[in-house]
Amino acid sequence: MLNSSAVEIHRLTVIRGKTTVLPDLTVTVPRGSVTGLLGPSGCGKSTLIRAIAGIQVVKAGTVTVLDGPAGRPEARRRVGYVTQASSVYPDLTVMQNLRYFAALTGSDEAAALEAVDNVGLADKADALVADLSGGQRTRVSLAAALLADPELYLLDEPTVGLDPVLRRDLWQLFKRLASDGKTLLVSSHVMDEAGRCDRVLLMREGRIIADSTPDELRADTGQDDLEQAFLTLAEGAA
Amino acid sequence: MTRTIATARRVLQQLAHDPRSIGMIVVLPSVLLLLFKYVYDGNPAIFNRVGPQMLGIFPFVVMFLVTSVTMVRERTSGTLERLLTTPLRRGELIGGYGVAFGAAALGQALVTSAVAIWLLDMDVNTPWAVVLFAVVDAVLGTALGLLMSAFAVTEFQAVQFMPLVVVPQLLLCGLLAPRDSMPDILRWLSDALPMSYAADAFSELGSTSDSTSSLGKDLVILLGCCALALIGASLTLRRRTP
Repeated sequence: MLNSSAVEIHRLTVIRGKTTVLPDLTVTVPRGSVTGLLGPSGCGKSTLIRAIAGIQVVKAGTVTVLDGPAGRPEARRRVGYVTQASSVYPDLTVMQNLRYFAALTGSDEAAALEAVDNVGLADKADALVADLSGGQRTRVSLAAALLADPELYLLDEPTVGLDPVLRRDLWQLFKRLASDGKTLLVSSHVMDEAGRCDRVLLMREGRIIADSTPDELRADTGQDDLEQAFLTLAEGAA
Repeated sequence: MTRTIATARRVLQQLAHDPRSIGMIVVLPSVLLLLFKYVYDGNPAIFNRVGPQMLGIFPFVVMFLVTSVTMVRERTSGTLERLLTTPLRRGELIGGYGVAFGAAALGQALVTSAVAIWLLDMDVNTPWAVVLFAVVDAVLGTALGLLMSAFAVTEFQAVQFMPLVVVPQLLLCGLLAPRDSMPDILRWLSDALPMSYAADAFSELGSTSDSTSSLGKDLVILLGCCALALIGASLTLRRRTP
């Protein structure tokens, strides 16, 4: 039976070092949509994404991803995780990186070429990643996830440091993927990106303080600006 | 298997973008041997006794360093974390590294042995066995480098594991003093360290030795150590981290 949620998290607790990063968190991510995970730096966004990717040691709770436990071998091909730092090899060219990740996920050359085109780096295909700008490296990292055509994308701050035109293009790409039935969880600390999502999870100090659509968020708080809406909610929760 | 080969190809491509490192891997041992030869110019017997052992030690040291630094870089840059979220198995990753650096080691061993035997007139009784043992030593260095990289948080620490792992083995392997003359405790320690068997093999391969009877045993022990280190290395790769 196909569950309508791509990710279901129930009472998740994560402790890193002496800090409780996520105290008792429960949330779901609907399939076939773009869900934004918004909140300030250090609020636990990356830890939550790592838990969904199945690479975070968790203290308690369950994380169900695509109808099974997070991180199980069968799901690895179906989940694409892009870390905050661009995790590609700087001493390889763009295409050498993409060919390697294609080989790991069983994709082909055509998928690698399509991915490099989708992130707008076709003209840099043979450039060394070390010679690219930070934003370009982030896009190479994203392309390495795209080529595997996963069902669930976990994107940790994919638009940081990108110029507005590229950001718009990437959000259009995310929308297109969602309309093809893919699920995307995209984190960001820039509140105006919340407006581009189908659904928004606002996070603060390891807790979800809002889980709704951008319009509901504006209506509930009486604020047109999502940054202001966040402030209203954060102060209400404190 | 395709993922092991893909990983090996990726590691070699990375190396190909770094010609200076290739130069160091291929040429450096020959230069050191040359230096060694002329330091003992007045006493060729020493070169013929110790030189063959050097052929086994250089690849070990160079590959240990190259591998541990590369692997620490993989761990700290986030690429390892990413690889572990893909279908790549841990054994395939370690195997890929082993194959890539093993191939580099073969190139190094061929060049170094050729220089030693033809240019520096080192007397050895079985040249192909010299190459074989040099490659096995290099793979051992790679395997231990992969294992030790788990205990280094930075590349700076990884470099400092070199003296920790290499110097005691150099002192105890029988290169400087015969192992039989060591105090019992040191001899037992020496028996437990892989480089002792490499040194043993290379001294048998030198022309000053007339027995090659324990070469097979040495080879088996060295391969066993490689396997243990590689298994240990893949166990240190944790998918879930705190």
